[in-house]
Amino acid sequence: MKAAIVAIASLVALTGLALLSPQWLVFMAMLALAKGVVVLGLLVLMRTGLVSFGQGLYFGIGAYAAALLSHHLHVADAAVMLLTGAAAAGLVAALLGLLLAGYRDIFFAMLSLAFSMILYGVLVKSAALGSTDGFNLHARTFFGVALAPGMERRVFLIAGAVCAVVVALLVHRLLGGHWGRLATGVRDNELRVAYLGASPYRVVYVNYLIAGALAGLGGALAALAVGHVDPEMTYWTTSGEFVFIAILGGIQSILAPFMAATIFEALRTIASQYAPNVWQMSLGLAMLAIIMFLPAGLWTLAERRRRSA
Amino acid sequence: MSSILPVAFDGIAYASWLFLISAGLTLIYGVMRILNVAHGSLYALGAYAACSLAGAWLGGGLPAAGSFAMLLLAAVLVGSLVGPLIERGLLQWMYGKDEVVLVLITYAVFLIMEDVIKLVWGVDSLLLPEPYALPGNFQLGGLPYPVYNVLLIALALATGLILAWALYRTRQGKLLLAVIHDREMSMAMGINVSRVYLATFAVGATLAALGGAFTAPTIAVTPGIGVEVIVLAFAVVVIGGLGSLGGAALGALLVGLVRSATVRYWPEAELFSIYAVMAMVLIARPKGLFAAQEARKI
Repeated sequence: MKAAIVAIASLVALTGLALLSPQWLVFMAMLALAKGVVVLGLLVLMRTGLVSFGQGLYFGIGAYAAALLSHHLHVADAAVMLLTGAAAAGLVAALLGLLLAGYRDIFFAMLSLAFSMILYGVLVKSAALGSTDGFNLHARTFFGVALAPGMERRVFLIAGAVCAVVVALLVHRLLGGHWGRLATGVRDNELRVAYLGASPYRVVYVNYLIAGALAGLGGALAALAVGHVDPEMTYWTTSGEFVFIAILGGIQSILAPFMAATIFEALRTIASQYAPNVWQMSLGLAMLAIIMFLPAGLWTLAERRRRSA
Repeated sequence: MSSILPVAFDGIAYASWLFLISAGLTLIYGVMRILNVAHGSLYALGAYAACSLAGAWLGGGLPAAGSFAMLLLAAVLVGSLVGPLIERGLLQWMYGKDEVVLVLITYAVFLIMEDVIKLVWGVDSLLLPEPYALPGNFQLGGLPYPVYNVLLIALALATGLILAWALYRTRQGKLLLAVIHDREMSMAMGINVSRVYLATFAVGATLAALGGAFTAPTIAVTPGIGVEVIVLAFAVVVIGGLGSLGGAALGALLVGLVRSATVRYWPEAELFSIYAVMAMVLIARPKGLFAAQEARKI
């Protein structure tokens, strides 16, 4: 019930934002939403105690899948692009997950990093996909309805909001139930979970799959927002950014990734305007401060306030 | 034959460069269990310091051969000043945290140092071509080849041998091995673990800066050079097995040869090949080629 209210409220707010705010704010909100969805996937993975330094892989696959549709198959429908992005990433995650679900800790992090760098290496060198420059994409319809010029992004933001709310609700349900408890169990003590008759491998695999598909959806959203894809999306610094946002928000709440992604994008917009040379430094300092003083993320502040109220 | 020789030589030169950087990374991980992302910025710092010092030396009209001493000095200065600053100022409060959290902490340090470098040295690229041009060329398989690369190989060999000797043949090295093996027991036996950590981090930082200082003459030193290096060094160290010096040497050689072979015969696959090797090694041996077995704790 509470979740439904939050979901409807955020949908209304985002739709209002999409229709009324200036273009730059719509753009920023869309990027924040895209990253929020990716980090939501990372949150699912982190509930099992695993951190992936390679979500850029799926982010890139989602974005390139959407862009390829537009560029090579001349499909210009945004809804098809979003679904394809998520499906393509989910498919690759389903394959790689078979392997990665057997790894833990730093080895999991490093192997996922290696896979994302493999894709980066391929993209940078493939002239057909624009090498380091990437290429543009255009989405002109949404569910078959032609979009008026200048309205595209506003419609995409609403579409993105619907996607984000739907996946957030699904993840909320999933983690609130049996599966979520099992994931935390795997994080805390994997062997005991196995003794009790559940399969840690399966838990990790499915959560990895979810994280991959969500990152693909986020990638497709980001591609629609920017109208351009390039290999930088799969580079390790992009993956690092996602981990940063996840740490910033914390992993207790489904809302935390979106809140953190919004703060991150807002800060970035401000910093690139006024202090482009100390942007990374402020990120680093913020990260250290969070790890030292709020190890469970900014969300703890919200929790604290609620408890004292 | 005439084409294989330069390819092999290129690979070994590249491997030497990789080894200099990875040796420090694997040493720090072996002792402190920190996969140090800031290693990339220590590398960049070494390159920038080398440009400043050697540039000042050459600008002062001093004999050009001395610029090599300046490269070394730059590495030692960065290692002995910035290394301890990071370890004492930050990392010493973080020991005992989860390994992945430690990666994030050093990632934060990396982000901070990237901007510090930009603020100190600016965003324009720096050039230091003299030390590279100075030793001249020699003929290899009918092609002119820079003698500087031979110096680089010699430097990596010497560094590797000195490290191995210091680790396995000296008292300090044996104390270090004891700390790697069992930190708590070493403390109980009276080893000053905090000092061992400090020394390890300083040595590791010096190695990173050494790699940077001796790369500076061969490239344009620009912001962001540490970003690529750190993932390459990760690949090398993970291939060899985290914490193993011999593993880092073998990993560097493997990556170096694979890279130079792909660059020669299939240039599109350069980056792809390196990480594909890493993925394959991890698939076959999940903890790398030379990783120590660990007891399973329930």
